[in-house]
Amino acid sequence: MSEGHSTYTPKTGIERWLDARMPLPRLIYDSFVSYPVPRNLNYAWTFGGILSIMLVSQILTGIVLAMHYTADTTLAFDSVEKIMRDVNSGWLLRYLHSNGASFFFVAVYIHIFRGLYYGSYKAPRELLWILGCIIYLLMMATGFMGYVLPWGQMSFWGATVITGFFSAIPLVGNWIQELLLGGFAVDNPTLNRFFALHYLLPFMIAGVVVLHVWALHVVGQSNPTGIEVKSKTDTVAFTPYATIKDAFGMIVFLFFFAYFVFYLPNYLGHPDNYTIADPLKTPAHIVPEWYFLPFYAILRAITFNIGPINSKLGGVLCMFGAIVMLFLVPWLDTSKVRSAVYRPWYKLFFWLFVADAVLLGWLGSQPAEGSYVFMAQMATLFYFAFFLVALPVLGLIETPRRLPNSITEAVLEKNKGGGHHPAGATAAPETKG
Amino acid sequence: MSATDTQDPNRRDFLYVATGMAAVVGAGAVAWPFIDQMRPDASTLALASVEVDVASLTPGMSLIVKWRGKPVVVRNRTEQEMKDGEAVNLAELKDPIARNANLPADAPATDANRTTPGKEAWMVMVQVCTHLGCIPLGQEGDFGGWFCPCHGSVYDTAGRIRQGPAPENMAVPVFKFISDTKILIG
Repeated sequence: MSEGHSTYTPKTGIERWLDARMPLPRLIYDSFVSYPVPRNLNYAWTFGGILSIMLVSQILTGIVLAMHYTADTTLAFDSVEKIMRDVNSGWLLRYLHSNGASFFFVAVYIHIFRGLYYGSYKAPRELLWILGCIIYLLMMATGFMGYVLPWGQMSFWGATVITGFFSAIPLVGNWIQELLLGGFAVDNPTLNRFFALHYLLPFMIAGVVVLHVWALHVVGQSNPTGIEVKSKTDTVAFTPYATIKDAFGMIVFLFFFAYFVFYLPNYLGHPDNYTIADPLKTPAHIVPEWYFLPFYAILRAITFNIGPINSKLGGVLCMFGAIVMLFLVPWLDTSKVRSAVYRPWYKLFFWLFVADAVLLGWLGSQPAEGSYVFMAQMATLFYFAFFLVALPVLGLIETPRRLPNSITEAVLEKNKGGGHHPAGATAAPETKG
Repeated sequence: MSATDTQDPNRRDFLYVATGMAAVVGAGAVAWPFIDQMRPDASTLALASVEVDVASLTPGMSLIVKWRGKPVVVRNRTEQEMKDGEAVNLAELKDPIARNANLPADAPATDANRTTPGKEAWMVMVQVCTHLGCIPLGQEGDFGGWFCPCHGSVYDTAGRIRQGPAPENMAVPVFKFISDTKILIG
């Protein structure tokens, strides 16, 4: 879609002067104003924009919080309490930042599931998808290190357990763990480096986001039908159509975000993190932040040795393997049809996968005992079966429904069957031929 | 390139390879300090040994000292605990290795090998679960030893793993009795 010629015409003298030297206004105009988007994008496509504002919000609140925070084990916990009690509006900034992390992950999970449902990862969008997976990995690292900074009990023990993963690696594991911690246990050197990296990583995320958007603008957006744009009637201009739709999506999303910030600010956190870290006492029940729970459940599900791999290494491998699956999706899915709309069996398995992911999340929050362990093992099995069996096999045996010839045809067909739409009404501009 | 210089491999190829190698070595030399600085620093390593006075510990009592940022338990075991530890058949153990830094790496995990000669009542052990680093609770669990609340690993009275996801017995650090009532750990 980038092959279209630029339609930007500088109007003022300043714009002409800039355009001849560094055509930034042209880049912005071509990318966010005249840029053609498929006319049938639904609200699932607004999460890219939502994620952008969440990243900006996290960076802004984070920089301000860093001005009041002290990365020292003897002072960190108190400095966070000082932010909450003494710093003007500190409570708001911190709640925005901590809940912002959660809502960042809410948005990214919806964004990822949207990609899986509509097959957005298929050629030529594999690299776009992988850049997204890299952003997700960086987000997880950032979220984890940020959670350590308040230096509460969950901060400390979460860090202990998660850096403990690396000790499972044969031979060099302990060396790597000591390298990460800067000592033999989580301590001041750990807190200091986590703070430095927590400050750095969001900017790396911003960098990969630029690549992600760049790749997106080369191959163009996918759309609910999964059919490529074929003619001009298949698209509308980014501004005003996508801009307004994105803006509305953002407002609704921010409404939920604000509800949590103002009415349930600690709902997604853990009360133990309001107890200062104690290296000699482990809380009875360690849980990571909610957005890691499915992976935590997978980690704990491996309670048995698999040949030469002991249960600890096995758990760690499965947990990282669960994320590696996402990277491989473009090559695991053998179907030529992108969208689940036209793939009845894939649609079923997709929703089972969503249910499985939610189930794993719930199991991750439960103690690892009794029937929970067995359920987590079954859910883990399904998780991997979805990627390694369902995706490759369904593409070979499934008979997809008939695909429309174009996006325009799909939109008009849907409109015809959809009962009485007011002809010529201002609503639903995308349905006008 | 001149006509006389076209034989392969020529001087130009050599220069390219030599320059490339120098660049790789240089990059490595520059990268190393950036990795090296992450390793435990001198002040952390300086805390590598602690002295503990155990005069006040009667059988059945423990104390915990912090060593290298980790809790080390010193326990004066009861007669019963020692008997339970000795009665264990080594074939039943999940980890048959002593994991005692004072002994060869392949020493079997007998009760005696988990302690020090002549002081078999005394357990000195890094009280950190070998699964993912939580602190097990003392004198709990089915084997009368330690129980980790995080992921349910159970250790016996000699700190050997008996049940649950932990792969190894809890580590016995380098230590020695420097007098009848003083232990030097590390």
